[in-house]
Amino acid sequence: MAAKNGRTGLIAKKLGMTRLFNDDGSTVPVTVLHLDDVRVIAQRDVETDGYCAVQLGIGKAKPKNVTKANRGHFAKAGVEAPMKVVEFRVAADATIAPGAHLTAAHFAKGQKVDVTGTSQGKGFAGAMKRWNFAGLEASHGVSISHRSHGSTGNRQDPGKTFKNKKMAGHLGVERITTQNLEVAGYDLEKGLLLIKGAVPGSKGAYVLVRDAVKRARHADAPFPAGLA
Amino acid sequence: MNLLQQFNEEQRTRLVTARAVPDFAPGDTLRVMVKVVEGERTRVQAYEGLVIARSNRGINSNFTVRKLSYGEGVERVFPLYSPSVAEIIVVRRGKVRRAKLYYLRGRTGKAARIQEKARVVEKPAAKEPAAAV
Repeated sequence: MAAKNGRTGLIAKKLGMTRLFNDDGSTVPVTVLHLDDVRVIAQRDVETDGYCAVQLGIGKAKPKNVTKANRGHFAKAGVEAPMKVVEFRVAADATIAPGAHLTAAHFAKGQKVDVTGTSQGKGFAGAMKRWNFAGLEASHGVSISHRSHGSTGNRQDPGKTFKNKKMAGHLGVERITTQNLEVAGYDLEKGLLLIKGAVPGSKGAYVLVRDAVKRARHADAPFPAGLA
Repeated sequence: MNLLQQFNEEQRTRLVTARAVPDFAPGDTLRVMVKVVEGERTRVQAYEGLVIARSNRGINSNFTVRKLSYGEGVERVFPLYSPSVAEIIVVRRGKVRRAKLYYLRGRTGKAARIQEKARVVEKPAAKEPAAAV
Protein backbone atom coordinates (compact mmCIF):
# COMPACT_ATOMS: atom_id res chain seq x y z
CA MET A 1 0.00 0.00 0.00
CA ALA A 2 1.59 3.20 -1.16
CA ALA A 3 1.84 6.49 0.70
CA LYS A 4 0.90 5.15 4.14
CA ASN A 5 3.04 7.84 5.67
CA GLY A 6 2.61 10.61 3.14
CA ARG A 7 0.14 12.97 1.54
CA THR A 8 -3.12 12.01 -0.02
CA GLY A 9 -3.34 11.28 -3.71
CA LEU A 10 -5.95 12.63 -6.10
CA ILE A 11 -8.64 11.05 -8.19
CA ALA A 12 -9.05 12.37 -11.70
CA LYS A 13 -10.84 11.66 -14.93
CA LYS A 14 -8.70 10.99 -17.99
CA LEU A 15 -9.75 13.27 -20.86
CA GLY A 16 -7.17 12.28 -23.45
CA MET A 17 -3.81 13.29 -24.78
CA THR A 18 -2.49 16.42 -26.47
CA ARG A 19 0.79 18.28 -26.67
CA LEU A 20 2.30 21.41 -25.21
CA PHE A 21 4.52 23.76 -27.19
CA ASN A 22 7.51 25.21 -25.36
CA ASP A 23 8.92 28.59 -26.34
CA ASP A 24 12.00 26.93 -27.84
CA GLY A 25 9.78 24.96 -30.22
CA SER A 26 10.05 21.63 -28.43
CA THR A 27 6.83 19.82 -27.62
CA VAL A 28 5.78 17.76 -24.63
CA PRO A 29 3.21 14.97 -25.05
CA VAL A 30 0.77 15.24 -22.17
CA THR A 31 -2.25 13.41 -20.82
CA VAL A 32 -4.97 15.78 -19.62
CA LEU A 33 -6.69 14.78 -16.39
CA HIS A 34 -9.80 16.51 -15.12
CA LEU A 35 -10.24 17.17 -11.39
CA ASP A 36 -13.98 17.59 -11.42
CA ASP A 37 -14.74 19.07 -8.00
CA VAL A 38 -12.53 16.66 -6.03
CA ARG A 39 -13.63 16.86 -2.40
CA VAL A 40 -13.04 15.17 0.91
CA ILE A 41 -15.97 13.02 1.97
CA ALA A 42 -14.68 11.42 5.15
CA GLN A 43 -11.54 10.79 7.08
CA ARG A 44 -10.36 7.74 8.97
CA ASP A 45 -8.30 8.00 12.12
CA VAL A 46 -6.47 5.59 14.38
CA GLU A 47 -8.88 5.80 17.33
CA THR A 48 -12.09 4.90 15.52
CA ASP A 49 -10.84 3.05 12.43
CA GLY A 50 -7.38 1.81 13.31
CA TYR A 51 -5.73 3.59 10.38
CA CYS A 52 -5.43 7.07 8.85
CA ALA A 53 -6.96 7.85 5.48
CA VAL A 54 -8.93 10.43 3.53
CA GLN A 55 -11.91 9.52 1.41
CA LEU A 56 -12.22 11.56 -1.77
CA GLY A 57 -15.04 11.90 -4.24
CA ILE A 58 -15.14 13.21 -7.80
CA GLY A 59 -17.87 14.37 -10.14
CA LYS A 60 -21.58 14.57 -9.48
CA ALA A 61 -23.93 11.59 -9.44
CA LYS A 62 -27.63 11.91 -10.14
CA PRO A 63 -29.58 11.70 -6.87
CA LYS A 64 -31.69 8.82 -8.21
CA ASN A 65 -28.55 6.72 -8.61
CA VAL A 66 -27.36 7.18 -5.03
CA THR A 67 -28.37 4.60 -2.42
CA LYS A 68 -30.05 5.79 0.75
CA ALA A 69 -27.11 4.61 2.83
CA ASN A 70 -24.65 6.55 0.71
CA ARG A 71 -26.90 9.58 0.73
CA GLY A 72 -26.59 9.68 4.51
CA HIS A 73 -22.83 9.19 4.29
CA PHE A 74 -22.40 12.12 1.90
CA ALA A 75 -24.83 14.30 3.83
CA LYS A 76 -22.72 13.83 6.95
CA ALA A 77 -19.82 15.55 5.20
CA GLY A 78 -22.18 18.06 3.62
CA VAL A 79 -20.98 17.28 0.09
CA GLU A 80 -22.84 16.48 -3.10
CA ALA A 81 -23.02 12.83 -4.12
CA PRO A 82 -19.93 12.00 -6.21
CA MET A 83 -19.57 9.70 -9.19
CA LYS A 84 -16.69 7.82 -7.65
CA VAL A 85 -15.28 7.47 -4.15
CA VAL A 86 -11.68 6.53 -3.34
CA GLU A 87 -9.77 6.23 -0.10
CA PHE A 88 -6.10 7.18 0.23
CA ARG A 89 -3.94 6.12 3.19
CA VAL A 90 -2.16 9.15 4.66
CA ALA A 91 0.11 10.05 7.54
CA ALA A 92 -1.56 10.99 10.84
CA ASP A 93 -0.74 14.67 10.32
CA ALA A 94 -1.90 14.74 6.70
CA THR A 95 -5.63 14.21 7.21
CA ILE A 96 -8.02 16.80 5.76
CA ALA A 97 -11.38 17.85 7.12
CA PRO A 98 -14.43 16.57 5.18
CA GLY A 99 -15.91 19.11 2.79
CA ALA A 100 -12.54 20.52 1.71
CA HIS A 101 -11.89 20.81 -2.03
CA LEU A 102 -8.61 19.72 -3.61
CA THR A 103 -7.07 21.35 -6.67
CA ALA A 104 -4.48 20.42 -9.27
CA ALA A 105 -1.98 22.60 -7.38
CA HIS A 106 -1.77 19.67 -4.96
CA PHE A 107 1.13 18.57 -7.17
CA ALA A 108 4.06 20.83 -7.97
CA LYS A 109 5.06 21.35 -11.58
CA GLY A 110 7.96 19.07 -12.42
CA GLN A 111 7.35 16.63 -9.59
CA LYS A 112 7.09 12.90 -10.20
CA VAL A 113 3.86 11.03 -9.63
CA ASP A 114 2.58 7.46 -9.88
CA VAL A 115 -0.65 7.06 -11.82
CA THR A 116 -2.93 4.07 -11.33
CA GLY A 117 -5.68 3.14 -13.73
CA THR A 118 -7.45 0.24 -15.37
CA SER A 119 -5.74 -0.62 -18.62
CA GLN A 120 -7.62 -0.71 -21.92
CA GLY A 121 -9.09 -4.12 -22.73
CA LYS A 122 -7.45 -6.01 -25.58
CA GLY A 123 -9.73 -9.06 -25.49
CA PHE A 124 -8.33 -12.56 -26.05
CA ALA A 125 -4.76 -11.89 -27.15
CA GLY A 126 -2.14 -14.26 -28.51
CA ALA A 127 1.19 -14.97 -26.84
CA MET A 128 3.04 -12.51 -29.09
CA LYS A 129 0.90 -9.54 -28.10
CA ARG A 130 0.35 -10.62 -24.50
CA TRP A 131 3.82 -11.76 -23.51
CA ASN A 132 6.03 -10.34 -26.26
CA PHE A 133 6.88 -13.83 -27.54
CA ALA A 134 8.83 -13.88 -30.79
CA GLY A 135 6.48 -16.29 -32.57
CA LEU A 136 7.70 -18.81 -35.10
CA GLU A 137 9.69 -18.19 -38.24
CA ALA A 138 8.18 -16.81 -41.41
CA SER A 139 9.59 -19.65 -43.52
CA HIS A 140 11.87 -22.72 -43.06
CA GLY A 141 8.95 -25.10 -43.08
CA VAL A 142 6.69 -23.26 -40.63
CA SER A 143 3.11 -23.64 -41.73
CA ILE A 144 0.03 -21.77 -40.46
CA SER A 145 1.51 -21.32 -36.92
CA HIS A 146 3.63 -18.17 -37.47
CA ARG A 147 2.22 -16.39 -34.42
CA SER A 148 1.90 -19.40 -32.12
CA HIS A 149 3.69 -19.66 -28.77
CA GLY A 150 5.54 -22.91 -29.56
CA SER A 151 6.18 -25.59 -26.97
CA THR A 152 4.51 -25.41 -23.57
CA GLY A 153 6.46 -28.06 -21.68
CA ASN A 154 8.63 -31.16 -21.66
CA ARG A 155 7.81 -34.86 -22.25
CA GLN A 156 6.34 -37.79 -20.28
CA ASP A 157 8.27 -36.44 -17.32
CA PRO A 158 6.79 -34.11 -15.98
CA GLY A 159 3.90 -34.96 -18.27
CA LYS A 160 2.02 -31.72 -17.69
CA THR A 161 2.15 -28.07 -18.50
CA PHE A 162 3.28 -26.10 -15.48
CA LYS A 163 0.94 -23.62 -13.86
CA ASN A 164 1.30 -19.96 -14.86
CA LYS A 165 2.78 -20.89 -18.24
CA LYS A 166 2.62 -17.79 -20.41
CA MET A 167 0.00 -18.48 -23.03
CA ALA A 168 -2.70 -16.73 -25.00
CA GLY A 169 -5.59 -15.35 -22.98
CA HIS A 170 -7.34 -12.25 -21.82
CA LEU A 171 -5.23 -9.08 -21.94
CA GLY A 172 -5.95 -5.70 -20.41
CA VAL A 173 -8.67 -4.47 -18.02
CA GLU A 174 -6.34 -4.82 -15.04
CA ARG A 175 -5.06 -2.37 -12.49
CA ILE A 176 -1.83 -0.80 -13.75
CA THR A 177 0.40 1.71 -12.01
CA THR A 178 2.83 3.73 -14.10
CA GLN A 179 5.57 5.12 -11.88
CA ASN A 180 7.55 8.34 -12.00
CA LEU A 181 5.51 10.33 -14.51
CA GLU A 182 6.28 14.03 -14.54
CA VAL A 183 3.69 16.71 -13.79
CA ALA A 184 3.90 18.95 -16.85
CA GLY A 185 1.58 21.64 -15.50
CA TYR A 186 -1.98 22.41 -14.58
CA ASP A 187 -4.88 24.69 -15.38
CA LEU A 188 -6.52 25.65 -12.09
CA GLU A 189 -9.38 27.52 -13.75
CA LYS A 190 -10.55 24.44 -15.63
CA GLY A 191 -9.30 21.98 -13.00
CA LEU A 192 -6.92 20.23 -15.38
CA LEU A 193 -3.78 18.37 -14.42
CA LEU A 194 -1.24 17.70 -17.17
CA ILE A 195 0.95 14.61 -16.89
CA LYS A 196 3.84 14.08 -19.27
CA GLY A 197 3.42 10.88 -21.25
CA ALA A 198 0.74 8.25 -21.31
CA VAL A 199 -1.44 7.21 -18.40
CA PRO A 200 -3.13 3.78 -18.09
CA GLY A 201 -6.84 3.65 -18.88
CA SER A 202 -9.27 4.71 -21.54
CA LYS A 203 -10.64 8.21 -22.05
CA GLY A 204 -13.28 9.02 -19.48
CA ALA A 205 -11.85 6.53 -17.01
CA TYR A 206 -10.96 7.47 -13.44
CA VAL A 207 -7.29 7.31 -12.47
CA LEU A 208 -5.47 7.77 -9.18
CA VAL A 209 -2.53 10.17 -9.02
CA ARG A 210 -0.14 9.89 -6.06
CA ASP A 211 3.27 11.24 -5.10
CA ALA A 212 5.92 8.93 -6.57
CA VAL A 213 6.88 6.28 -4.02
CA LYS A 214 10.42 6.12 -5.35
CA ARG A 215 11.13 9.84 -4.91
CA ALA A 216 11.36 12.13 -1.93
CA ARG A 217 8.47 14.56 -1.61
CA HIS A 218 8.86 17.60 -3.85
CA ALA A 219 9.84 20.77 -1.97
CA ASP A 220 7.08 22.84 -3.62
CA ALA A 221 4.31 20.31 -3.06
CA PRO A 222 1.91 21.70 -0.42
CA PHE A 223 1.49 19.70 2.80
CA PRO A 224 -0.93 18.20 3.77
CA ALA A 225 -2.73 18.98 0.50
CA GLY A 226 -3.39 21.60 -2.16
CA LEU A 227 -6.74 22.93 -1.03
CA ALA A 228 -8.98 25.29 -2.94
CA MET B 1 -16.66 21.53 -27.22
CA ASN B 2 -15.32 19.33 -24.44
CA LEU B 3 -12.71 20.40 -21.91
CA LEU B 4 -9.79 18.92 -23.83
CA GLN B 5 -10.83 20.71 -27.03
CA GLN B 6 -11.21 23.95 -25.05
CA PHE B 7 -7.72 23.51 -23.62
CA ASN B 8 -6.27 22.89 -27.09
CA GLU B 9 -8.16 25.82 -28.57
CA GLU B 10 -6.81 28.14 -25.87
CA GLN B 11 -3.27 27.03 -26.53
CA ARG B 12 -3.79 27.45 -30.27
CA THR B 13 -5.15 30.98 -29.81
CA ARG B 14 -2.16 31.85 -27.63
CA LEU B 15 0.28 30.54 -30.25
CA VAL B 16 -1.50 32.33 -33.10
CA THR B 17 -1.36 35.66 -31.26
CA ALA B 18 2.35 35.15 -30.73
CA ARG B 19 2.95 34.30 -34.39
CA ALA B 20 0.24 34.70 -37.02
CA VAL B 21 -0.57 31.93 -39.49
CA PRO B 22 -1.25 33.29 -42.99
CA ASP B 23 -3.84 31.80 -45.30
CA PHE B 24 -2.08 29.29 -47.55
CA ALA B 25 -2.83 26.03 -49.34
CA PRO B 26 -0.99 23.26 -51.18
CA GLY B 27 0.62 24.59 -54.35
CA ASP B 28 1.67 27.83 -52.72
CA THR B 29 5.32 28.77 -52.39
CA LEU B 30 6.28 29.67 -48.83
CA ARG B 31 9.27 31.20 -47.14
CA VAL B 32 9.39 29.67 -43.68
CA MET B 33 11.61 31.50 -41.21
CA VAL B 34 12.97 28.81 -38.90
CA LYS B 35 14.63 29.56 -35.59
CA VAL B 36 18.01 27.85 -35.40
CA VAL B 37 19.86 27.56 -32.10
CA GLU B 38 23.64 27.71 -32.45
CA GLY B 39 25.21 27.27 -29.04
CA GLU B 40 24.19 30.36 -27.11
CA ARG B 41 22.57 32.47 -29.79
CA THR B 42 19.51 31.96 -31.92
CA ARG B 43 19.22 33.07 -35.52
CA VAL B 44 16.54 32.78 -38.16
CA GLN B 45 17.04 30.71 -41.27
CA ALA B 46 14.82 30.93 -44.35
CA TYR B 47 13.51 27.75 -45.93
CA GLU B 48 11.72 28.40 -49.20
CA GLY B 49 9.77 25.85 -51.16
CA LEU B 50 6.47 24.52 -52.38
CA VAL B 51 3.74 23.38 -50.02
CA ILE B 52 2.89 19.85 -51.13
CA ALA B 53 0.67 18.86 -48.21
CA ARG B 54 -1.16 20.35 -45.33
CA SER B 55 -2.77 18.49 -42.45
CA ASN B 56 -5.36 20.39 -40.46
CA ARG B 57 -5.70 18.69 -37.08
CA GLY B 58 -6.14 21.54 -34.61
CA ILE B 59 -3.08 22.03 -32.46
CA ASN B 60 -1.35 19.13 -34.25
CA SER B 61 -1.68 20.73 -37.71
CA ASN B 62 1.36 20.63 -39.90
CA PHE B 63 2.46 21.32 -43.47
CA THR B 64 5.10 19.86 -45.77
CA VAL B 65 7.40 22.11 -47.79
CA ARG B 66 9.40 20.65 -50.65
CA LYS B 67 12.36 22.28 -52.35
CA LEU B 68 15.32 21.31 -54.48
CA SER B 69 18.61 21.75 -52.72
CA TYR B 70 21.66 21.27 -54.97
CA GLY B 71 19.62 19.01 -57.24
CA GLU B 72 18.38 16.91 -54.35
CA GLY B 73 14.73 17.03 -53.28
CA VAL B 74 14.28 18.06 -49.63
CA GLU B 75 11.02 17.92 -47.72
CA ARG B 76 10.47 19.39 -44.29
CA VAL B 77 7.36 19.00 -42.16
CA PHE B 78 6.62 21.98 -39.92
CA PRO B 79 4.11 22.02 -37.09
CA LEU B 80 1.78 24.86 -38.06
CA TYR B 81 1.71 26.46 -34.61
CA SER B 82 5.25 25.70 -33.48
CA PRO B 83 7.13 28.61 -31.85
CA SER B 84 10.27 27.37 -33.63
CA VAL B 85 8.82 28.87 -36.81
CA ALA B 86 9.39 32.63 -36.54
CA GLU B 87 7.34 33.62 -39.57
CA ILE B 88 5.52 32.15 -42.57
CA ILE B 89 5.56 34.27 -45.75
CA VAL B 90 3.49 33.39 -48.79
CA VAL B 91 5.67 34.09 -51.84
CA ARG B 92 3.44 32.80 -54.62
CA ARG B 93 0.02 31.24 -54.89
CA GLY B 94 -0.21 28.19 -57.11
CA LYS B 95 -3.20 26.81 -58.98
CA VAL B 96 -3.62 23.14 -58.18
CA ARG B 97 -6.56 20.75 -58.21
CA ARG B 98 -5.65 18.35 -55.44
CA ALA B 99 -4.86 18.55 -51.75
CA LYS B 100 -1.69 16.46 -51.71
CA LEU B 101 0.91 17.12 -54.39
CA TYR B 102 2.93 13.97 -53.84
CA TYR B 103 3.06 13.42 -57.60
CA LEU B 104 5.67 16.19 -57.75
CA ARG B 105 8.17 13.93 -56.01
CA GLY B 106 8.94 12.06 -59.20
CA ARG B 107 9.25 15.22 -61.28
CA THR B 108 11.82 17.97 -61.75
CA GLY B 109 12.16 21.04 -63.92
CA LYS B 110 9.46 21.77 -66.45
CA ALA B 111 7.29 18.83 -65.35
CA ALA B 112 7.23 20.10 -61.78
CA ARG B 113 5.89 23.55 -62.65
CA ILE B 114 2.76 24.86 -61.03
CA GLN B 115 0.67 27.56 -62.64
CA GLU B 116 0.26 30.75 -60.67
CA LYS B 117 -3.21 31.43 -59.36
CA ALA B 118 -5.01 34.39 -60.84
CA ARG B 119 -4.96 37.17 -58.31
CA VAL B 120 -8.21 37.69 -56.44
CA VAL B 121 -9.31 41.30 -56.70
CA GLU B 122 -10.80 42.64 -53.49
CA LYS B 123 -14.40 43.54 -54.16
CA PRO B 124 -15.67 46.81 -52.72
CA ALA B 125 -17.89 46.27 -49.70
CA ALA B 126 -21.50 45.51 -50.60
CA LYS B 127 -23.81 48.48 -50.42
CA GLU B 128 -26.15 48.77 -47.47
CA PRO B 129 -29.63 47.50 -48.40
CA ALA B 130 -32.15 50.28 -48.81
CA ALA B 131 -33.68 51.28 -45.53
CA ALA B 132 -37.10 49.80 -44.90
CA VAL B 133 -39.90 52.24 -45.33
